[in-house]
Amino acid sequence: MRTNEFTWMIGGAQGSGVDSSANVFGRACAYGGLQVFGKREYYSNIMGEHSYFQIRVAAKRVRAHMDPVNLLATFDAETVFRHAQEVTDDGAIIYDPAVARVKLDEVPTVERRVNQDLKAYLLARGLGDTVQDALDAAAQRGVALRPLPMSEFLVSIQKKFDVEQLSKLSRMVNILAVSGAFGMLDYDFEQVAKAIRYIFRAKKNVAEMNVYGAQVAYDYARERWEKEFPFKLRPVPTTERRIYVAGSQAVALGKMVSGCRFQTYYPITPASDESEFLEANELLPTAVEPDAPEAQEAAFLEANGQSVVVVQTEDEIAAITMANGGALAGARAATATSGPGFCLMMEGIGWASINEVPVVITLYQRAGPSTGMPTRHEQGDLRFAIHAGHGDSPRIVFASGDLEECFYDTVKAFNYAEKYQMPVVHLVDKALANSNQTLPYFTLDGVTIDRGALARPGDDGDYLRFQFTRDGISPRAVLGMPGTIFWNTGDEHDEKGHITEDPVLRILMMEKRMGKLDLALKEIPPEDQLLVHGDADADTVVVSWGSTKGALLDAIDGLRAEGRKIGFIQVRLLHPLPAERLAKLLEGRKRIVDVEMNYGATLAGLIREKTGIAVTHAIVKFQGRPMSVNELHEALAAVLDGKAPPREVLKYGA
Amino acid sequence: MAPEALLKPQDFQTDVHNDWCPGCGDFGILKAVQMALADLKLPRHEVALVSGIGCSAKTAHYVNVYGVHTLHGRALPVAIGVKLANPGLEVLVVSGDGDGLGIGAGHFVSAGRRNLDITYLILDNGVYGLTKGQASPTLKLGVKTKSLTQPNINEGINPLWLALASGATFVARGYAFDIKHLKDLIVRAIRHRGYAFLDVLQPCPTYNNLNTKDWYGGEDRLVEGKKMPRVYKLEERGYDPVVRTFEDTEPKKMEALKHALQWGDAIPIGVFYQNEQFPTFENRLEDRIPNYRESPPAKQVIADAAGRPTVRVQKFLDELVVT
Repeated sequence: MRTNEFTWMIGGAQGSGVDSSANVFGRACAYGGLQVFGKREYYSNIMGEHSYFQIRVAAKRVRAHMDPVNLLATFDAETVFRHAQEVTDDGAIIYDPAVARVKLDEVPTVERRVNQDLKAYLLARGLGDTVQDALDAAAQRGVALRPLPMSEFLVSIQKKFDVEQLSKLSRMVNILAVSGAFGMLDYDFEQVAKAIRYIFRAKKNVAEMNVYGAQVAYDYARERWEKEFPFKLRPVPTTERRIYVAGSQAVALGKMVSGCRFQTYYPITPASDESEFLEANELLPTAVEPDAPEAQEAAFLEANGQSVVVVQTEDEIAAITMANGGALAGARAATATSGPGFCLMMEGIGWASINEVPVVITLYQRAGPSTGMPTRHEQGDLRFAIHAGHGDSPRIVFASGDLEECFYDTVKAFNYAEKYQMPVVHLVDKALANSNQTLPYFTLDGVTIDRGALARPGDDGDYLRFQFTRDGISPRAVLGMPGTIFWNTGDEHDEKGHITEDPVLRILMMEKRMGKLDLALKEIPPEDQLLVHGDADADTVVVSWGSTKGALLDAIDGLRAEGRKIGFIQVRLLHPLPAERLAKLLEGRKRIVDVEMNYGATLAGLIREKTGIAVTHAIVKFQGRPMSVNELHEALAAVLDGKAPPREVLKYGA
Repeated sequence: MAPEALLKPQDFQTDVHNDWCPGCGDFGILKAVQMALADLKLPRHEVALVSGIGCSAKTAHYVNVYGVHTLHGRALPVAIGVKLANPGLEVLVVSGDGDGLGIGAGHFVSAGRRNLDITYLILDNGVYGLTKGQASPTLKLGVKTKSLTQPNINEGINPLWLALASGATFVARGYAFDIKHLKDLIVRAIRHRGYAFLDVLQPCPTYNNLNTKDWYGGEDRLVEGKKMPRVYKLEERGYDPVVRTFEDTEPKKMEALKHALQWGDAIPIGVFYQNEQFPTFENRLEDRIPNYRESPPAKQVIADAAGRPTVRVQKFLDELVVT
C-alpha cells in the first residue's frame, strides 16, 4: 500500500468543467494538509477539444509533475483513448460505462497521428478500436478498470432535486469522477465536500447538489474498489498556513504588493489571466500608515484604498507605449504578454531604454515561432528578451523558477526598473502560469519597495532629466512635479532631453545608459542573480533557468537519495549575466548539463558567449509539455552514468 | 521667469534651434499652441505635450512644457498612459497625418472609443515631409505632388469622418495660417470635456506644391480682381456644432459629416461637432474606482518611509488559503 504519494489525472472536453473538478481535487487534498502540484494542458480552443489536469500529491512539498498516472478519472471517451497508456500497471481507470462502445473514429478531436498510433497499439494486442478495447489493453497490464455509472447517478440526482432537464446536470459528471477517485483512495469525504462548496460558492444550490452527487459516487467507489486499490490518501495535520495558488495569480499578487498601479494588456494566452485577476480585484485595501490603530478599520481602508487601473489596449504596441506613459507620470507601470505580443513591443522597449523609463514587461513564454502552439509551453524567448529591439538598449532580464519566485520577483522587477531606470523583462512562462501549487502563505516580511533616485521639485529651468552622474543614474522626476520640466525623445538626446546628433554627447549618453548594467550587476543581491542547489562541489552540475526549476529540484533530490552527487545552478539574472561568478562555479567541472525547454539550448550559448565555457551536455524539450520529474531523473542519471548523448531531446507528455 | 499665472506666449518658447523649412505651416501652429497655453493660464508643469515622429513631432521640443517625443504613430497611447496615470495633467498630443492616420490609425480609432479628456492635433499636409515627400494617407487619389514618381494610387482618407466614426466628441479643423482662429480652436479643444480632435491644414512648402498657402488662400481664384480664399469659417455661416441633449447627437453628427465632405473651392474650418453628453474614460473609471481622481495611479503612496508596501493583500491571499 502506498499512502500520500500519488499522481492523478482528469481529462475531458474543454468547457465541460475539467478545471473545476481538478480544482476540487487539488483543494480537497490541500485542505487535508497534503501538498499538491497541478498542471493544466489545453488546446487553443473554446469548446470541445481535449484538456486535462494532472495533479501530484504528497505529504511533503511537490514541485513538479510526474508522468506516470496512478489514477485516471474520465467521463468521456477521448480521455480514455489518449491517456490509458499513461496509467501505471498498479493504477486504475475510472470511466463511464456509457461510453465503452464509442469507437476511436467517432472522436474527431483525436488527431490523425494519435488515432493511427493508437490503432496500431491496440491491433498489436489483438484488440479493436473502442473505448473498451483501450481499457482492455490497460487491463492486460494489470490496470484496474472501474466503471462508475455516472449517467445513472445523474438520473437519481435529477429525481432527488427535481431538476427539469437532465442536460442541466451533465457538467456534474466530472465531480462524480473526482469523488469516485476519492472513494477509492479512502480519503476524508468532509474535505471533498468543503472543496466542492468552495468551488461553487457563488451558487449554493448547485454546490449542495454536487455534494450530494459526490457522496453517491464516493460511497459507490469506496464500497466496491477501495480495498483493492494500492494507493491511499490520508489527511496530514499541519500548522503551516498554506495557500493553493496558480502562477498567474502569484504574479498578479506580486504586482499588487509591488505598487504596480497601472497595467496594460492585449488579450493573449497565457498572459491574460494575470491582467484579468488584477482587473477583477482592482480595488486594493490600504493602510497609509500600516501601524496606525485605525489602519485595520474597514471605513479607513475604504477611504484610503489604492487601486490598479487595468487597460485593455488595441494592440501590444499600445500596451507597451501606454505603460511607458504611465511610468513617465510616476506610476509603477507594467504590461503582460506572450511571445507574439512581445514581438510588437520592440519599439516601445527601445524607447523606454533610451528614455530611461522604468517599465516592467511580464513575458509569459509559450511555444513559438509565430503563433506556434499558443497554449503550450516553451522557454524560447531568452535571446529575444535580451536583444529585443534595434541598437544597444539596456534592459534587465530576470527569470522566475517557481510560483514563490513569481510573487517575490515581481516586486524586485519593479525595484530594479526604478533603481536602474530601464525596462525589466520578467520572464515567466506557460508552465508557471497554468500550474497550481500549495505554498506557505506569502509573507511580506522583508519585502521592500525601492523607487530609486528621485528628483525633488526644483527651481524652474535647471532640471536635467538625463544629467551625467558618477554612476549613470540621474535623479528621476515625473511629469507634473513643479520645476522639473524635461523632454523625452526616441532620438539621442542631451541632458535636458533634446535631440542631438553630436558625436561627443552620443558617446557620453551611450556610456551612461549602458554603464547602468554594470551597476545593476554590482548591486543586485547574489541570490537574485543565481542560486546553487544540490551538491555545490559535484563533478556534474546542471545549469538552467526559469520553470525547469521544480522538476530539476525534485529529480536531483531523487538522484541524491540514490547516493549520486549532482549540483544545479539556477540562473535568475539572465541579463546582465553574472558571467564572472558563473565562470568560477563552472570551472573544473567534469560535466556541465544545460537543461532547457527549447530547441537550441539558448542558455548554453549565452554562457559560452559570456564565459567561454562550453557545456558538455544539453537536455532540451520542445514538444510543448513541461519537463517531468521522472524524465529529468532518467536523463540526468544517463549523464551521470556516462551514457548520455551530448544532446538529449525529451519527449514525454501528451 | 514670470509667475505661472502671468506667463506670456513667449514664455512657452524654448531655446532649441527650430529646423523646420522656411515658410512651413508648422510655425503658425507652434505659435498658436504657445498662445493657447498662455491664454489658458496653465502652469507649465501641469502640461505634457506628447508627439509622434516627423516634422510635426519636433513641436514637443519647441514648447516649454513637458515634451514627450515618442515613436512613429504612438503618440496617442503614450499620451493616454500619461493621462490615466495622472488625470490632473493637461495632455496635448501633436502628430502628423502620416503619423496619426497611417502608422498610428489603429490608435486613432481606439482613442475615439475611449473619449479621454485629451486634445489631439494632427498637422495635416498630405505628405511625409521628413522622409522627403512621399504621399500620406490624406493625399487625394490621382494627384501628384512634386516628389512623387507617379500620381497617388491611394484614395485619401477624411480625418474628420474617421474621428466622427470613431467616437471623438470634439471634431474641428484649423488652418495653420490663421493663427488667431487656430489658437481659439486649441483653447476650445483643451477646454472640451472629452477627446478633442483638431485637424490642422498645414501647407508643406517643400513637398506639397498643390495644397499651398496660396492655394488655400485662393490666389488663383480672382473674382473682379479679388482673390477668393478656399478656406471659410463654419461659424461665420451660422453653423452650430454643439450637441446640447443626448438625443441631439445623431442629427448634429450627420450635419458634421455633411460639412466635412466639403473640399476644393470651399473648405470649412472651425468646430464641426462638440458633444459633452458622453462620459469620459475618466468618468467611466470613477464609476468603478470611486477615488480615482484623488488617488490616481501616479499619486498613490505605495510604500511607507521604511519602504514597506502600504497595500494590504491579505484579503486576496485569504481567498486562497487551504490550511
